[in-house]
Amino acid sequence: MTIDELTPTTGEWLRGVGSMSDVVISSRIRLARNLADRPFLATASATERTEIYRCLTDAITSTSAGSDALLVDIEQTDTLDREVLVERHLVSRQHANGDGSRGVTISPDETRALMINEEDHLRIQALRSGLELEALWEEVSGVDDTLAKRLAFAFDRQFGYLTACPTNVGTGIRVSVMLHLPALKLTKEIERVARAARDMHLAVRGMHGEGTDALGDLYQLSNQTTLGKTEEEIIGVFSETIVPKIVEYERTARDSLAQHSPYQLDDKIWRAYGILVNARRIGSEETQALLSPIRMAIHMERFTSMSVAALNELLLHTQPAHLQKLHGKTLEGEQRDIVRAEYLRSRLAPSP
Amino acid sequence: MSLVCQRCQQAKATVHITDTVPDKRELHLCEDCAEKEGVIIKQHHQSTNEILQQLIKHKAGLGAAGDLACPNCGMTVREFQLKGQLGCSHDYEAFKELLTQLIERAHEGATHHVGKVPATAGETVRKHAGLLRLRRELQEAVEQENYEHAARVRDQIQALESV
Ligand SMILES: [Zn+2]
Ligand SMILES: [Zn+2]
Repeated sequence: MTIDELTPTTGEWLRGVGSMSDVVISSRIRLARNLADRPFLATASATERTEIYRCLTDAITSTSAGSDALLVDIEQTDTLDREVLVERHLVSRQHANGDGSRGVTISPDETRALMINEEDHLRIQALRSGLELEALWEEVSGVDDTLAKRLAFAFDRQFGYLTACPTNVGTGIRVSVMLHLPALKLTKEIERVARAARDMHLAVRGMHGEGTDALGDLYQLSNQTTLGKTEEEIIGVFSETIVPKIVEYERTARDSLAQHSPYQLDDKIWRAYGILVNARRIGSEETQALLSPIRMAIHMERFTSMSVAALNELLLHTQPAHLQKLHGKTLEGEQRDIVRAEYLRSRLAPSP
Repeated sequence: MSLVCQRCQQAKATVHITDTVPDKRELHLCEDCAEKEGVIIKQHHQSTNEILQQLIKHKAGLGAAGDLACPNCGMTVREFQLKGQLGCSHDYEAFKELLTQLIERAHEGATHHVGKVPATAGETVRKHAGLLRLRRELQEAVEQENYEHAARVRDQIQALESV
């Protein structure tokens, strides 16, 4: 398996299946771990950093944690391929753009990605489409157990797992759920989501957007505290309390739009489609914004010209790095917008 | 062209929304008003650095506290403040007083781990973690007046303590 082979596929986070997938795009759990007898990355020398990298990649690739995984040495990887990994949610942007010895191991189905020398020595990530947190926890915890048999992780009886930043200390767990909330945005009820999240001490932010507006109506909900609760309690707040509640808000808002403003709604959907099918140059952000009402419409069964799978493929493959990889060469901004429009027309226009 | 927020008529409009569903509208708002109107979500989360800086300010200037250094890696509190990241796992011991306050602020008042313990951790560490978890469970059971459950948890605590 190589990055070139991954690029034409859709990737796990956009598989479009799983629990509540009409609203929940994907869920993710990350665990932060550090080796007990090594300095954290802020003070590690280049040599120490390389040793940590070797020590972790050896342990991962020689056990079930990643014996079948693709190992990417990010320092030796070109910018475009790094961007592909970011767009596929396999590494953080910070990790892609960082410095020094660092890498990631990726399972063949892309559900598992172990980041080495990101902010901590190790970040164990599991990712699935839909709301699947219990399965994800089982997976990351299993990887943690496998690696703990060979490596000693920094652990303190009071503070738990020790991390480079004290905001991650304790469980070292970061749970994130990506939600698609176009109807709440249209009905000006996004504040309800913010309030529900604040009540549960969770953070919510718009995805990818340049400013404060959420690009493609995608929002990410994640825990802020990692200490003083068990991992199961932290996960339970998402899967049992807040996510079902927000999903209900969004479904109600969609029903209300369908009932009270059907013409306006269909007009918005078909205008979006009209631009995607006819544009001669189009940016990545505009594409994502236009795909949002179409995604909602497919789930509302108001739009049957496209499947969710096809839409997800468009969403990923029109992002800058994927577009250029699939086109076979790097493109300047203006040229990219023209190629993106051609790609969209070739995929969407009814065959003559 | 720089627009003024339509709602407060004061701040600069930085959020621009045009929509046709459910009503035709064109909104130009400042961030605060956009949040009040329910069209965006603003970040309220305090970063570690902000919390840390506030804490250090309370301690009447950085002074001697800032020079405190970890004997293992040499990282000082001042460097930690600049980088937002610790130098090694021993810093948790070296800066314990400051970090405990910081951690309490960042984690809803919690100062002790009650989650997973490495399978290979020593028996005492596992026992300690188990007791912490059970004591918390007991407290919750009592608060919820679930005395039957509380009695069971109390027995578990006694059993573990006598090991
Ligand atoms: Zn305003
Ligand atoms: Zn240190």
